[in-house]
Amino acid sequence: MTTLLDPTGELSATTRERAPRPSSLEGKTIGLLDITKARGDVFLDRVAEVFAGRGLTVARFAKPTFTKVAPIDLRHEISTECDVVIEALAD
Amino acid sequence: MQRRTVRALADRRCLTPRHRRHQPDGVLPDGLAAIVKRDCPTCTLVAPVLAELRERADAPVTVYSQDDPTFPEQIGGAIDDTNLEVSFALDLDTVPTLLRVIDGEEVARTVGWSRERWEALTGVGNLGETLPPHRPGCGSRTRDPAIAGARAVAEGATGLQARRVHLGAEEDELEAMFERGWSDGLPLVPPTPERVVRMLAGTTRAPDEVVTIVPPDLVECTVEKVAINAVMAGCRPEYLPVVLAAVEAACTDDFNMHGLLATTYFSGPVVVVNGPIAPAIGMNNDVNALGPGNRANATIGRALQLVVRNVGGGRPGGVDRATLGQPGKYTFCFAEREDTSWGTLAEERGIPRAKSAVTVFAGEGVRGVVDQISRVPESLTRTFAECLRATAHPKLAIAFDAMLVISPEHLRVYEEAGWSRSRFREELGALLTMSGSEHARGTRGIAEGMPEAFAEVPLPKFREGGMLIAHAGGGAGLFSAIVGGWVSGAMGSQPVTLEVRA
Repeated sequence: MTTLLDPTGELSATTRERAPRPSSLEGKTIGLLDITKARGDVFLDRVAEVFAGRGLTVARFAKPTFTKVAPIDLRHEISTECDVVIEALAD
Repeated sequence: MQRRTVRALADRRCLTPRHRRHQPDGVLPDGLAAIVKRDCPTCTLVAPVLAELRERADAPVTVYSQDDPTFPEQIGGAIDDTNLEVSFALDLDTVPTLLRVIDGEEVARTVGWSRERWEALTGVGNLGETLPPHRPGCGSRTRDPAIAGARAVAEGATGLQARRVHLGAEEDELEAMFERGWSDGLPLVPPTPERVVRMLAGTTRAPDEVVTIVPPDLVECTVEKVAINAVMAGCRPEYLPVVLAAVEAACTDDFNMHGLLATTYFSGPVVVVNGPIAPAIGMNNDVNALGPGNRANATIGRALQLVVRNVGGGRPGGVDRATLGQPGKYTFCFAEREDTSWGTLAEERGIPRAKSAVTVFAGEGVRGVVDQISRVPESLTRTFAECLRATAHPKLAIAFDAMLVISPEHLRVYEEAGWSRSRFREELGALLTMSGSEHARGTRGIAEGMPEAFAEVPLPKFREGGMLIAHAGGGAGLFSAIVGGWVSGAMGSQPVTLEVRA
């Protein structure tokens, strides 16, 4: 019998419940996260305009660079200030 | 009891490779003891001296042979230690080793042949009168990495922490590794405990030392995990220090391996090796330096990628989102030619030439630069500038780094004209400064370019420190290479140079 040594990080995945989805955006704060990819702002500007037109509260956020994970402070800020988040990922 | 003592010593030896001086109770009889092997010219040389001691010494002389119990013939052979039980218990480095044992305790030891020391230890004068006064010994068989590794595994004394994966009797090893997702698509060397122990002999660092945290899963990566992946990549033990340094460099915040992995762009880590370790482990910096054919070049780069894949959990189609990718993501590692007046990449980045270093660079594929006509630096520099300007996009400034790999025939043009590296940088920098009309979005009929805010500002193609110069390649060919970078600097990836530690 051949024995090999496991080359992986030997992690076991844990399952976490998703946050409950709100039934309505009424009275909620909607975070718009720009990851700073080219033209992400164009998309989010338009989204913000649409939400504002519906009388909803929008908070804008941006990552310092799209190449790195969002800093923990930014993630904390978003999670404490917002009920839902929309992220502009693409170019 | 005796067996336990031997085993305990063997265990200790594996965890802390050197030194102990205590003789286990009862392993050796009192008197003089010598451990020899036939395959050692010094042992052959001292064989008559052992016969002399048998006659003249005031105590019994016990001789053990590591490889052939019929040796030495002069004393009618030796006690069989071909299983190295005694040799391991004595933690031998060298044969011949001569000991004096009193009441089961080793009280004196000498290695190799030295008439003076043998006489002092044995109390017998005029030993080996026809022999030279001294002769160094040979390596003990216990120091053969293959034997030491197998021994440690058999003793359960490897100290290895990784989960054991037991394959089924009918399972094909190579297929089993593919099925478990460990491979980059090419066959792997099975990381058996024996091979991993041998790999770990390539470094003085402890197997459980944490080298770094590997993205994207942010897993603590030990020396052992690097060694396992280095085995799979096909590395030899002496490459391990370079692999360790490359892994450490790639996982720094500055290098940003997570972003480099996740990007839709082509790039991956390119490893450049400098210093004495490159020739010592047989790396290629000559013909086909960036291509296949050299084990060290090929497997060091691959080992880094396998660590990211397996330890970090970063896999193509998972966190690796490259639109097209490129073959350099299997492996991209080479040594720099250091035979120039220009100094080296590592030197320019702060590591003196006497030390070994790795530099990791977030590079895409290799593109060729042809200039077979220029014989003066002014002309050749313009060629380089024109070609470098096309990195990522001819209208994008500062955003992407590059590495220029200059071939010997191109570098000769500069050396013959007396241009230094700094002169070249200065002249090239001037040629790579772009005016607004060259770089702004919409100019030259191309929407891509620098944002309008910079429209009136001349911009350098590369940020400060964003263009690396390396020297490699065969002696013939008026070609150089550009390895384009990725998002540069603090916004993306910064090249990182680290010293290679043993």
